[in-house]
Amino acid sequence: MRSTYSVLVENNPGVLARVAGLFSRRGYNIDSLSVSRTDDPTVSRMTIVVEGEKVVLEQVTKQLRKLVDVIRVRDITDEPHVDRELVLIKVNADSGTRGDIMQIVEIFRGRIVDVGEYTSIVEVTGDEGKINAIENALKPFGIIELVRTGKVAMQRGTRTVLVED
Amino acid sequence: MRSEDMLTGGQILVECLKNEGVDVIFGYPGGAVLPIYDALYDSDILHVLTRHEQAAAHAADGYARATGRPGVCMATSGPGATNLVTGIATAAMDSVPMVAITGQVPTTLIGKDAFQEADITGITMPITKHNYLVRDVNDLPRIVKEAFYIATTGRPGPVLIDIPRDVSAGKTEYRDPGPIGLRGYMPRLAGEPAKVAAAAKLIAQARRPLIYAGGGVINSGAAEYLRKLAETIMAPVAVTLMGIGCFPGDHPLFLGMLGMHGARYTNYAVNECDLLLAIGVRFDDRVTGKVDSFASHAKVIHIDIDPAEFGKNVPVDISIAGDVRTVLVDLIKNLTCNPDPAWQEKIARWKKEYPLDYSREGLRPQAVIRELSDMLQGRQYRVTTEVGQNQMWAAQHFCITRPRSFISSGGLGTMGYGFPAAIGVQVACPDELVFDIAGDGSIQMNIQELTTAVNYELPVNVAILNNGYLGMVRQWQELFYNRRYSQTELTNPDFVKVAEAFGAEGLRVEKSAEIRPALEQAIASSKPVFLDFIVEREENVMPIVPPGEAISRMLG
Ligand SMILES: Cc1ncc(C[n+]2csc(CCOP(=O)(O)OP(=O)(O)O)c2C)c(N)n1
Repeated sequence: MRSTYSVLVENNPGVLARVAGLFSRRGYNIDSLSVSRTDDPTVSRMTIVVEGEKVVLEQVTKQLRKLVDVIRVRDITDEPHVDRELVLIKVNADSGTRGDIMQIVEIFRGRIVDVGEYTSIVEVTGDEGKINAIENALKPFGIIELVRTGKVAMQRGTRTVLVED
Repeated sequence: MRSEDMLTGGQILVECLKNEGVDVIFGYPGGAVLPIYDALYDSDILHVLTRHEQAAAHAADGYARATGRPGVCMATSGPGATNLVTGIATAAMDSVPMVAITGQVPTTLIGKDAFQEADITGITMPITKHNYLVRDVNDLPRIVKEAFYIATTGRPGPVLIDIPRDVSAGKTEYRDPGPIGLRGYMPRLAGEPAKVAAAAKLIAQARRPLIYAGGGVINSGAAEYLRKLAETIMAPVAVTLMGIGCFPGDHPLFLGMLGMHGARYTNYAVNECDLLLAIGVRFDDRVTGKVDSFASHAKVIHIDIDPAEFGKNVPVDISIAGDVRTVLVDLIKNLTCNPDPAWQEKIARWKKEYPLDYSREGLRPQAVIRELSDMLQGRQYRVTTEVGQNQMWAAQHFCITRPRSFISSGGLGTMGYGFPAAIGVQVACPDELVFDIAGDGSIQMNIQELTTAVNYELPVNVAILNNGYLGMVRQWQELFYNRRYSQTELTNPDFVKVAEAFGAEGLRVEKSAEIRPALEQAIASSKPVFLDFIVEREENVMPIVPPGEAISRMLG
């Protein structure tokens, strides 16, 4: 099973180490983790994607809640939510292939954000499936470098994960 | 700000400690904590100078386990701080309230690999409940207050405060931090009423109920309610190593310790019960053995302050999160149970058939423990243990009747724990008799603390069950490694002479008839005493559940 957690933490030094350390110590598998501060500078939000069996995932929530710096933990996997990832892909591109690449990028509603003599950088946001798809589509041209942010997610509608919840 | 209102960080720390009611610190100085030691010079907090920081942590831990109040230890940066690590991990595994204070290099040098720099907050992250690096002297009052609050509430545990030298030397005005505001930390006390009701219903249906009680009962001060519960529903009570003392050892419903070295009757009872009431326990692997076979005929109710324990190792039918004492008070109201009389009879039969017994020939370690146990009944006493066979024999044969009087490293199993812990216990309980039950291996792990005991006139007694082996490891080698005694035979010093050299008393005992007179002499002595019992060399702790087996399948 794969679960997505929305986690609010105190924006204290070391908080990322505490969370990451908990995962490594207990042998939980982090698929992706993204973290940055929220509109409240004292609070950071982490989106954590974890792969594991049901009992393991239950423990993840409980152990996270035990950390003093963790304010909220919510498993939003089964709640309606929007999730996004941003990817930057540096791909081989010369005058012969640039047109084809632009077409593909267009289809995925991505953007070309840098053009060099032999390379282009493509930027795409989307859910995991879309990111995987463009990666595959660009592979034949030769991907030189690729960087993904990891997933960020937010529940749809009025549901929230807030400090006051 | 007027300069006469300004205090150093060290002075502020001492103020804060006094506000928390701290009357003793176990520690060891060094450069990075000098401003704190300088402030202590003027205070009336007792500082006990141990001879190793590990011992300071264990002593603070012993103090905490004996009193229920947080133990405080202190060390300098770098090696001082890392020497605390085993003691902090020991406290963490056994949920002991502790505040460890360490010095750190000045903030300007942090991250530069400065002399005696160690990232102690990083190192102790997995073994503390929480930890702090103080970056500003103005934060000190808030942090100290939070540290004590976190260490002592909810599931207790160690909290570390790392204080850079410029912070403890820096000056500011002392200001009370006001109320604690921790958004991510709100321990819950009362159990959910619906769950308590559901538990009561399950209990009412039980025919063969059994209570499995642990250290959580002692931590929450629930011993009296546990007893009420057991007597109301006529359930026998098995305890964990950490739970020893939470139920009177001389009570007819008492079954003693369960698990790897539990008595046969205890493990059989666990195996056959139809309701397991697990209270303040965590289903440690030494308790459950093979998990699938543990209490496999029983519905399980689990009561604990830490919700993360539910379903961690064993699936449960009803889990109640809350303070054990509060939950038991709620649960005991309107409780009924209709146990099958045959259940008690069966257990009584097992007890007769499979008593915890041992040979009377020669000098047996179990005989030493029984004799000491008999002699101490009716007196105020505390027992600590080291780790190994000595610990298990003490757990099996000592009759402990009240909480906080059996003190042992359960979770981490730390050799070298018992003696410094006994020092902390004796500081906490100056009028009580304190015995450390030791192995000849374990006692040598912190033997230097004899100086501490002598210096502070702490008449701690150590009963060394001297078998010339790392006994428990030798036992495993005998049973599971074809008697290949690799690195477990010990060549020991003369413990009597060692004791005398330190300014303590030493007694050697070689015959069983000498046990009692020697113990009497130790009890009467106002000095620390090493009792060197030369016991049968290859005595084993029986029964034993082989690792990975079901607990009903014991050897011996
Ligand atoms: C610090 C530490 N190192 C190693 C061990 C592994 N260990 C467990 S029991 C034991 C033997 C203990 O020997 P001794 O203190 O002589 O006690 P006995 O078993 O003979 O009573 C050892 C080495 C441990 N528990 N703690």
